[in-house]
Amino acid sequence: MSHTFQLDGANIGFEPGQTVMQAALAAGHYIPHLCYHPEFKPHGSCKLCTVKVNGRTLASCTMPAEAGLEVESNTDELNALRRTLVQMLFAEGNHFCPSCEKSGNCVLQALGYDLEVHSTGFRHQYPDRPVDASHPEVLLDFNRCILCELCVHASAEVDGKHVFALAGRGIEKHLIVNAESGQLADTHFSVNDKAMAVCPVGVILRKEVGFSQPIGMRRYDARPISAQALEDAPRVPAGDSHE
Amino acid sequence: MSEKKKLRVATTSLAGCFGCHMSFLDIDERLFPLLDLIEFDRSPLTDIKHCGPCDIGIVEGGICNAENVHVLREFRKSCKILIAVGACAINGGLPAQRNHLDLGSCLTEVYLTEPGLAHGGIPNDPELPLPLDKVHPLHEVVKVDYFIPGCPPSGDAIWKFLTELLAGKTPELGHGLIKYD
Repeated sequence: MSHTFQLDGANIGFEPGQTVMQAALAAGHYIPHLCYHPEFKPHGSCKLCTVKVNGRTLASCTMPAEAGLEVESNTDELNALRRTLVQMLFAEGNHFCPSCEKSGNCVLQALGYDLEVHSTGFRHQYPDRPVDASHPEVLLDFNRCILCELCVHASAEVDGKHVFALAGRGIEKHLIVNAESGQLADTHFSVNDKAMAVCPVGVILRKEVGFSQPIGMRRYDARPISAQALEDAPRVPAGDSHE
Repeated sequence: MSEKKKLRVATTSLAGCFGCHMSFLDIDERLFPLLDLIEFDRSPLTDIKHCGPCDIGIVEGGICNAENVHVLREFRKSCKILIAVGACAINGGLPAQRNHLDLGSCLTEVYLTEPGLAHGGIPNDPELPLPLDKVHPLHEVVKVDYFIPGCPPSGDAIWKFLTELLAGKTPELGHGLIKYD
């Protein structure tokens, strides 16, 4: 029973080796997150999951859970910070939801909804990022890339193909395709790849099935991401919870 | 008994499609209780051409030409509270999809080189407002107080937002009413 920490005043049990994020989700407590994916090693780059641990701000997806930690997450201060991060992501790319096939199933959009982000706030950069439609079955729309690196890891670690990588630094950073031509058609990428499934936004899209789900039937139509993420999270077996 | 003074509201559509105004009309019979609280100044609904002093300005559409800038500044000057409604007003929306293209080559392709058109030349009537090099959301030109996202926001979202604002609260939309598409 000593394996517990406090999250916004609630006792959260954890298994040794779990992160604050893993333990919180398993115990049914949502911490907003974007680049964290339960099947991959946490990356800690999007900072949406930032919490205060004993007064210090840390990424909860990389912070190992320890007994006695006092973690703050759902506070006005942290949610304002998260809102600003979402706004910056929207301003940095070309996120035009009305024309995006991922709309309704998009993690970035759903986070914006849940955090009540009403506007981008910043000056839009409107970058010029041509799409890659070379592959017969898959479209790459780089306009929406948030550099979460999930496709990079999925392609390397699960698919064993190393199709994607990030190149450049700072504001020049961008997703590239590992082929001499730089085109997806010249790789071994397939629609069954894990990398196809992990994109949280509308970059890696299957051709010929766009807008197949009617509005109202999409992933985040019925419930907000804060509820959906808990349903998706790996759970502690019944009777094993410390709550 | 003195009747409570009605708030004066102006609305306009800049680089938009009037879809947000149509959505505003989707509040249907709730327009009647709304009209107990507000009266319209400049708006497509009244055909008044210029804003007088107003409490609330509701602007649909982004900024794509010189006239849009002029009208938006008139709204900001006349309205105590300015609300940007819809994707175009908030992030440029559909018109902003031309932002990564050169304006000159856009006009050349549309009016001169695209097959099947009359090729009558790029319109240059002095009465036509000059297009801007890039399309901008409202908040890049004037200070905007509130934003109602959506393409368009639903009538219910507009209703909730306005009634909460009129009641003196900070409006929140919540799940189901906040949307960007």
